Amino acid sequence: MSKLPDVNGGGSVLSRVMRNQILIPLAALFLLAIFNLIADPSFFAITLKENNMGNPVLSGQLISIIDNGSELAILAIGMTLVTASSKGQDISVGAAVAISGSVILRVLCGTDNSPETLQAPIIVAFLVAAVASMLFGAFNGVLVAYFRIQPMVATLILFTAGRSIAAWINNNQLPIAPGEEFKVFGGFIPGIPIPTPFLIAILCFIVTWAMLKFTNIGLYSQSVGINEKTARLNGLNPELIKLATYVILGLCVAVTGLIKVSRISTINYSVIAKDIEMDTILAVALGGNSLSGGKFNMAASILGAYVIQFLTTTLYKFKVPSTALPAYKAVVVIVLVVLSAPVVREKLSRLMKKIRSSKNTAENHA
Amino acid sequence: MKLKRILSGVISAFLCIGMVAGCSGNDNSKSSTTKKAEAAPAASSGKTIKVGIINNDPNESGYRTANDNDLKAAFSKENGYEPTFAYGKTNDEQIAAAQKMIQDEVDYLLLSAADTAGWDTVLKDAQKAGIKVILFDRTIDADASLYEASIVSDMAKEGQTAVDWLVAQGLSEYNIIHIQGQMGTAAQKGRSGALDTTAKEKGWNIVSQQTAEWNAEKAQQIVQAAIDSGTKFNVIYAENDDMAKGAVAALDKANISHGVGKDVIVMGFDCNKWALTELLNKNWNYDGQCNPFQSSYIKDIITKLENGQKIEPKTIIMDEKGFDAATITQEDVDKYGI
Repeated sequence: MSKLPDVNGGGSVLSRVMRNQILIPLAALFLLAIFNLIADPSFFAITLKENNMGNPVLSGQLISIIDNGSELAILAIGMTLVTASSKGQDISVGAAVAISGSVILRVLCGTDNSPETLQAPIIVAFLVAAVASMLFGAFNGVLVAYFRIQPMVATLILFTAGRSIAAWINNNQLPIAPGEEFKVFGGFIPGIPIPTPFLIAILCFIVTWAMLKFTNIGLYSQSVGINEKTARLNGLNPELIKLATYVILGLCVAVTGLIKVSRISTINYSVIAKDIEMDTILAVALGGNSLSGGKFNMAASILGAYVIQFLTTTLYKFKVPSTALPAYKAVVVIVLVVLSAPVVREKLSRLMKKIRSSKNTAENHA
Repeated sequence: MKLKRILSGVISAFLCIGMVAGCSGNDNSKSSTTKKAEAAPAASSGKTIKVGIINNDPNESGYRTANDNDLKAAFSKENGYEPTFAYGKTNDEQIAAAQKMIQDEVDYLLLSAADTAGWDTVLKDAQKAGIKVILFDRTIDADASLYEASIVSDMAKEGQTAVDWLVAQGLSEYNIIHIQGQMGTAAQKGRSGALDTTAKEKGWNIVSQQTAEWNAEKAQQIVQAAIDSGTKFNVIYAENDDMAKGAVAALDKANISHGVGKDVIVMGFDCNKWALTELLNKNWNYDGQCNPFQSSYIKDIITKLENGQKIEPKTIIMDEKGFDAATITQEDVDKYGI
């Protein structure tokens, strides 16, 4: 979000780009794209087809990526803020998504497990889920901000209990939402060929951009993350700011829950959004953000989320055998994370400088 | 600071209480919904039988929920039992629960183990205390002398039934997308094994074989990736209903027809009620049962043991069906749907 002050007074465009952390996810994206281009250019083909409802839909691997990566990107927004302000991560988002999805289905289906029609307007269901998710977010936030429990430990409570709470909300039943109307959020709006999850994500990005631009939440959460005491001396209320970031993450969770349950019109408490917290944290790390709080770059986090989905889709596309899948993913992740580590980046930029200065001296001598 | 620390202590105590209360509330609401089962068999002998039941997390799947409800209905106070239920996602939790039940001197220990290894010590303790152990749903790596009986689903047989059905369809060519469950689980191994063997024998073409870890959405992505890369396929063999549902969502998106007499054959497992309804509507072709109703088998064994009989052989394999969309009826849906 913040442009780094130009310490060297000028400097080439290249060095300025090198210092920008969005370079890391961009480079990763570029590498993956090149790899796919060489292996099979049809990866980038996008076609306009009709789905079984007779609506025009775009399809292709790239569309799958922006479609399926959207939930992760939305969660990455909240996780970036939480990381910045509280110097830790919320590991309960997967379980919280299960709760939010369960609440939505509970409101939509009422007491019947598979009703003929929706029992409540979708917007009401979403609002109830949003309130519930923000309350759970606030719960985490209070533990972290006011009781000063380590974020990972504080959110461990919900991580452990969340899926059971989700099941309990629906009396352990698996409700199925009827009709095509609800499927829109995880599918396509009739007449619009772009996947709805991506549209929702774009909306979230715009709101986030506006929030960071017109309010001080970005600046405040960074300053709390960098030095809480100084922030307090400057008249900020660190506890309240931390709490606010957790509540915002709660809202992101509610949106994700809506998309997730809409995709399949039902829920499976134990597998919905499974391990998504790890991918979300990875997205933040891939964006080159320090996981110990402070400065952040929101765009880089979001891009990081899509890079992860790009990787997943690539692995599916190449039909990597099930048993080997985690190994492939691990190797790529290790490379990306090591490259994005501040220490390595510093070394690299120093190396670049050395090369340049030696070139300069050579030129001067000539 | 001190005040804060005390306050945080109090809050966490409340949390724990809240969680426990939440769980027990859950139990109450469930047992009130369970059906009143048949007349008490044990009550006739005039004493209540203490059973300790160790199961996996009931939220794990629809299968487990049905299984848990079935056991709760069968081993109720009205039926002359004094049941204790314990749930654990890991062996450690389950073993701790088993030790407690042994101390409480239950008559029977019913066990569905989270993991196959590490049960020897605790089962020996049970034997010393004169507690009879009955395994259900899952087997363990322990000497057969340590338990009285083991009631299991034969996953390999489930897979074989499904594959035999697929053979009988007599397609001119088989291009199969195989969506696997969580790798290494008994269900995945059994169901994958049957397909792998037959595919090799018959020269079937498995165009994609990947794990969706029981997750509908991942299955959707796998099938989507196959469609997007122009892969030809005419069978989807998904190892549970959720994943079949995800696969079908991808087919719908690409306007590929599926079901009876259509382009793609859809196969699932577990017999969820909604899945059987899909069969009834001819949107899917086949669903294999994984029988969660073990209580009648267990009761049978307890009655025999009470009468001093020995259970031979110790491993009892349950009857499991496979449903074909062409022959399924509403009655089947009501009876076998979970």
